[in-house]
Amino acid sequence: MSELSVNHLLGIKYLNTKDIDLIFETADQFKEVINRPIKKVPSLRDITIANLFFENSTRTKLSFELAEKRLSADVINFSASQSSVKKGETLIDTVNNILSMKVDMVVMRHPNPGAGVFLSKHVKASIVNAGDGAHEHPTQALLDSYSIREKLGGVKGKNVVIVGDILHSRVALSNIYALQLQGANVMVCGPKTLLPKYIKELGVSVETNLKKALEWCDVANMLRVQNERMDISYFPSTREYTQQYGVNKELLDALKKDIVIMHPGPINRGVEITSDVADSKQAIILNQVENGVAIRMAVIYLLASKIKQ
Amino acid sequence: MSQKVLLNSKEVNITLHRLACQLIENHDDFTNTVLIGIQPRGKFLAERLAQMLTKAYNVKNIQLGHLDITFFRDDFRRGDKPLEANTTTIDFIVEDKNVVFIDDVLYTGRSIRAALTAIQSFGRPQNIELLTLIDRRFSRHLPIQPNYNGRQVDAIDYQKVKVKWLENEGEDAVYLIDK
Repeated sequence: MSELSVNHLLGIKYLNTKDIDLIFETADQFKEVINRPIKKVPSLRDITIANLFFENSTRTKLSFELAEKRLSADVINFSASQSSVKKGETLIDTVNNILSMKVDMVVMRHPNPGAGVFLSKHVKASIVNAGDGAHEHPTQALLDSYSIREKLGGVKGKNVVIVGDILHSRVALSNIYALQLQGANVMVCGPKTLLPKYIKELGVSVETNLKKALEWCDVANMLRVQNERMDISYFPSTREYTQQYGVNKELLDALKKDIVIMHPGPINRGVEITSDVADSKQAIILNQVENGVAIRMAVIYLLASKIKQ
Repeated sequence: MSQKVLLNSKEVNITLHRLACQLIENHDDFTNTVLIGIQPRGKFLAERLAQMLTKAYNVKNIQLGHLDITFFRDDFRRGDKPLEANTTTIDFIVEDKNVVFIDDVLYTGRSIRAALTAIQSFGRPQNIELLTLIDRRFSRHLPIQPNYNGRQVDAIDYQKVKVKWLENEGEDAVYLIDK
């Protein structure tokens, strides 16, 4: 019988390949469950989960909430903009107050990198990181790999390029860890100003020419330019960025093969990806969203099974 | 660890034929009946019976599915070992069908309780019956009894009933094992 090696999901960095295999195998079963006429199972009926979102989110928040409800957990939602955080309460105080209401698990998105790790050391609850600043977004990376596995039959040996704003992206870092753990070859592609200085130390190859990157890859994961995290100008104009790093139909048609196009959302149509590509058969963007619920159900189920009564 | 043979290969075969005949008696040509093996161990028995009904008794239209009950069990977080999920393959709707649950050993009845809840996700059956190869009588926690039964066994709590299948464990046999 297998179980996760961790009690929290703080980042892909803390997982091993067996953990990822177990999450994927469990997600396979949940994917079958969420395609039934009745999509709910009663496993977590005695578990309460708090979703703490200190940063905006639509997709991730909805996906987590749906996953929790499909598992029959009790769910409470919290968003920083409507809370006492604005009155000066600290993170630990906020969370401990919520935990006093007998909450077993916390799903947290926070603008500060390491917020989840910090919390896991100070509170008695299972923590799931739903994105911490520009650090990690582990469930997104898991669902991305799971979608590649579903589309191409496996991740090992596949060439995956992550295109765009690598510097500000938690999706990029978690994806690099997850893909490498499963034996994929990872490349990052973007303007030099949006590539972290020490990115090569992670063992990824670097390419600044999008056409060359697309010719090399089996899968291209297109990232959004995170304007909200930019305090200075990293490229001359959005138009120029699109000309250099936006993927369009002509670029794809010029390749000698069909590559898979992914995007973690939200999409800026016409910037990093054109509409005809985003809506094409090569794009698995909506499959990623569907798989997100199954992956999050698996993660929550496996972590909850480690919470002792 | 000592073990005793409850059924040998020949006895398993005779018992399976009897159970198949009893199913035919009650379900005629199986047009409105579906067989559901309860994962993980009921799968082998269900497949064997379906095969026997088709080949030995020439029954056509056997609909067979496998139901995993992991997420419906009542002992989540209560045991030392984590619960591991298996595959559910039910490619049909059970609405208004006669459903036959098939499992190798009926013990506390809790798995069948979970299966009764789980099957509701696939519709509202006309009725549900239970077929088991081994019924460990006097050890039920719930008011659940089989409709079709291979062999009744009196076993105490520390004993284990192990059903082995040729395709999986190299022989058809049922053992009573002192753990």
